[in-house]
Amino acid sequence: MVNFRGRLDRTFVALSDPTRRAILAQLERSNGASISDLAEPFTIRLPAVMKHLDVLATAGLVTRSKTGRTVTVRLRPQPMREAMEWLRRYERFWSSSLDRLTSYAESKEAQARRNGR
Amino acid sequence: MTSLTLVRRIRARPQVVFDAVTTAEGIAQWWGPDAGPVLVAEADPRVGGRYRVRFRRLDSSEHESSGEFLEFIRPERVVLSWRWKGGVPDPGESRVEITLRPVAEGTELTFIHSQLQDEEARRSHEGGWKGALDKLEAYFAAGNAA
Repeated sequence: MVNFRGRLDRTFVALSDPTRRAILAQLERSNGASISDLAEPFTIRLPAVMKHLDVLATAGLVTRSKTGRTVTVRLRPQPMREAMEWLRRYERFWSSSLDRLTSYAESKEAQARRNGR
Repeated sequence: MTSLTLVRRIRARPQVVFDAVTTAEGIAQWWGPDAGPVLVAEADPRVGGRYRVRFRRLDSSEHESSGEFLEFIRPERVVLSWRWKGGVPDPGESRVEITLRPVAEGTELTFIHSQLQDEEARRSHEGGWKGALDKLEAYFAAGNAA
């Protein structure tokens, strides 16, 4: 679970920066982009973009692959799904419990009525 | 995310629902995130009394939570403190509040789990998580990467 938390921490840290979110949004719309493509909409310089990509890659949110001199960056949504799962965990737990509570209480009520109570 | 609220309408009287919620016999029937069995259900349903529930999930992992009855007003309201035991994340204490209201078809149950993730909430202020989480929610709500 420590590893899981470590992964979550990295995901949330990576998502806490507006430039990095913008990069992710850009990658969402494309099936892979080069680093200069990604840098284009920003006023920041290439090395700064590279740094953001390092953070995103450490969190596992992007992958980078090199073909010749071009590095292609792709979105990897799995860590975001995990983060979302974490958020939804309590909701699932209780929603499922309350569904069973509902059927149990309703069967107890039906039983009580049959017994004339 | 610091609290969760769920509402259910149940075709049973509030006292029937209340007993299902608070007695060991009842808890054993419904507690847990999936169809895995409740292994231990103990409850001393009165203010200051304790409860303990251990369950197995379908993935065969076992989890246990326990706490105290902080409020106990049959058949209207029960408040529990809640703590996970052991290896599950989020070891802090949170609060579960269940309120029952009689309605035409039976009972309206309002469930609130609050004070969740205090540690994460604190860090979120430092690390700017809030915005990140909002983004994340929006990202998934839009059906992206799903």
